Amino acid sequence: MRADRLPHIFCSGCGNGTVLNCTLNAVDQMGWKKEETVFVSGIGCSSRAPGYILADSLHTTHGRALAFATGIKMAKPELHVVVLTGDGDLAAIGGNHFIHACRRNIDLSVVCMNNMIYGMTGGQVSPTTPRTALSTTTPYGSAEPAFDLCELAIAAGANYVSRWTSFHVKELTRAILAGLRIPGLSFIEALSQCPTNFGKRNKFRQAMDQVEYFKTHGILIEKVQRLREEGKDIPPDAIVLGEMIRRNRPAMGVRK
Amino acid sequence: MQGNVACAEGALAAGCSFFGGYPITPSTEIAEHMALKLPKAGGVFLQMEDEIGSIAAVIGASWTGARAMTATSGPGFSLMMENIGFAAMTETPCVIVNVQRGGPSTGQPTMSGQADMLQCRFGSHGDYSIIALSPESVQEMYELSVMAFNLADRFRVPVFLMADEIIGHLRERIEIPDSVQRVERRPLNQGDLPFHPGEDLVPGFPRFGSGFKVHVTGLTHDERGYPCTTNPKVHEELVKRLVEKVESKRHEIADYRVTNPDAERVFVTYGSPSRSVEQVIHDNPGEEIGHLRFRVVWPFPEDALREFKDAKAFFVPEQNLGQIAREIERHTSVPVIRLPRFGGSLHTPEELTSALGAFK
Amino acid sequence: MRHEVRFSGFGGQGIILSAVILGRAAVMYDGIYAVQTQVYGPEARGGASMSSVIIDEAPILYPKVKDPDILVMMSQEGFEKYGVSAREDAVMIIDSSLVQSRPRCRYLEIPATTEAKNTLGREIVANIIMLGALVRATGIVREESIEKAILDSVPKGTESLNIKAMKRGMELVPGGKIG
Repeated sequence: MRADRLPHIFCSGCGNGTVLNCTLNAVDQMGWKKEETVFVSGIGCSSRAPGYILADSLHTTHGRALAFATGIKMAKPELHVVVLTGDGDLAAIGGNHFIHACRRNIDLSVVCMNNMIYGMTGGQVSPTTPRTALSTTTPYGSAEPAFDLCELAIAAGANYVSRWTSFHVKELTRAILAGLRIPGLSFIEALSQCPTNFGKRNKFRQAMDQVEYFKTHGILIEKVQRLREEGKDIPPDAIVLGEMIRRNRPAMGVRK
Repeated sequence: MQGNVACAEGALAAGCSFFGGYPITPSTEIAEHMALKLPKAGGVFLQMEDEIGSIAAVIGASWTGARAMTATSGPGFSLMMENIGFAAMTETPCVIVNVQRGGPSTGQPTMSGQADMLQCRFGSHGDYSIIALSPESVQEMYELSVMAFNLADRFRVPVFLMADEIIGHLRERIEIPDSVQRVERRPLNQGDLPFHPGEDLVPGFPRFGSGFKVHVTGLTHDERGYPCTTNPKVHEELVKRLVEKVESKRHEIADYRVTNPDAERVFVTYGSPSRSVEQVIHDNPGEEIGHLRFRVVWPFPEDALREFKDAKAFFVPEQNLGQIAREIERHTSVPVIRLPRFGGSLHTPEELTSALGAFK
Repeated sequence: MRHEVRFSGFGGQGIILSAVILGRAAVMYDGIYAVQTQVYGPEARGGASMSSVIIDEAPILYPKVKDPDILVMMSQEGFEKYGVSAREDAVMIIDSSLVQSRPRCRYLEIPATTEAKNTLGREIVANIIMLGALVRATGIVREESIEKAILDSVPKGTESLNIKAMKRGMELVPGGKIG
């Protein structure tokens, strides 16, 4: 970390610090050299994270982190490239780059801090905001269905896809570690609480209330599959967690 | 050889090792030739999902130290604008070729234009400076392509090769030198702050993967590279330096050709209309007709106008409504006669001759 | 002496390639200057396709064809669009298998497409027959130069067929050079 950049800009109670911590923990466990690791981000709260890491980092334009990262990784496959992004950055303005990076299956690790809201601009609806949730641009509740980012990454061709939350610190760290190890594009979605802009408008009075919600509504993918096989209902507000896919499609930009 | 192919060959000779692009007429042959040649030269060719991704990938590749380029035309150029500002702000060397066609919007995809000349200078938001070159021949597509990489590395700015469809698609004789001169970006000295301006206002380059652990951001940043977005002084110093590092070197960067400096009637051109003027001068050997031809258009080399001490009028044939004529007007007191040509074709020598006659 | 040569026909006949080969012969093997231009875009596909070469001993300044003095016409539609207004002192080589009209200027009838199909068995080489006839009739580049430029430009394995086509084109010019 860059101690000379503290204090950071994340609000108190924000989940992004936890996700960043898990990411750095996983990178540490890989034993990657700092000078061979590059962090890339776009715009938004999540994308400020690389600025606090003592390594080469590129804080780019809104939505384009994956395209910049593609250039870095393809020009120099020896570098380890980790992309830190958010739901607005990745799935709205950057949606096209997201599916194409997955399709190319470039050897990048993408950690998406999904707080289901535009935090930095003060709480507007995002592509992952749950239907009926309140935001400053959906004052009567969002009418739009949300994206399932993991399904999107799987359909587009990523080699590794996993979803956890800021509550599931150990699981999330393990998932990121698995993503770093696997060649090709690894997508790790980390639901992250935003007490300032999501929580306070959506009945999570304190930061921990939303974390608690992640804990009580999380349901493992294995259980979801079992319930499906048994013909049982899956609760509509369930957050499906776990490793969604791990495969070995041909990948690009893999270090030799 | 075709102009677009010569441009790609120039890039390869200059050591370009990364191309990110998206097909668009009339620039596509550059991407096709790079796709053919780059992998064999140990480089990387990527066809990205759009022009926004293309320029982004080019900037990313440049931070690994690669000489990187993209090529496009009007609509793709417009899409690139935000990231061009990012390249200017982060002082990322890169080469952007625009084989101009008729605009606005989709316009005339297969016809020539020169109406992006102000866009390349001012198209992204905020104050910054860039360098733009304009070739008049297939030979210059090659030469200026090499020059673009050298200037990009020397000044750490996006450099534009502002060609036009006529030159891009022209096939003509070209002489390819055995080797080309290369001016590489200066590496950052150990111990220097990554965005500390050197004596020439251009910081040394801390290539990713070389241990500098540099943070690069499009936000206003201090010399450490750290975001510093609310301090007016930091912002002022940074923006002024981004502009000054180019504008203060305009004499060094200037590159133009002067014909008949004693003439009273002087054509000023860049790109393909230069060829029509050369034909006029050739066909009228008895008449004193001046010609100032810019190979570098931005930063605007206004001193070149003073080479024509007796000038009574500047005639400016352009494939636009007078974008560079407007710039010339700012720097001279003699009449500037705009000779716009639309529809994608080249000014004929006859119409230029009669424009001269009308002034007499 | 500046010569402006215009080729026209329909898409797929190799109109562009003909112009490129002629320019190549001039630059690479005759050591003179040439510029080649063409019409791009959807209108160039299917309909009348057009391509031009300017050839000169001196560097070519204005790169566009103003008023061609040599024309090679390989379709009726191409003739109507690009050939009918040929100046009176121009020379036109016509594929008489496909072009019905005749111009006011001097012209030479070469049944290139019929010859390509019947004598050589491949319609695709009609443009090379026309090139052979053009060079024999006008001497705009040397015959050995056009031969080398053809060999540079055609797909591997088709060299002898194309050279046969070129020679057939030359033979079809009655009495050699015109004009």
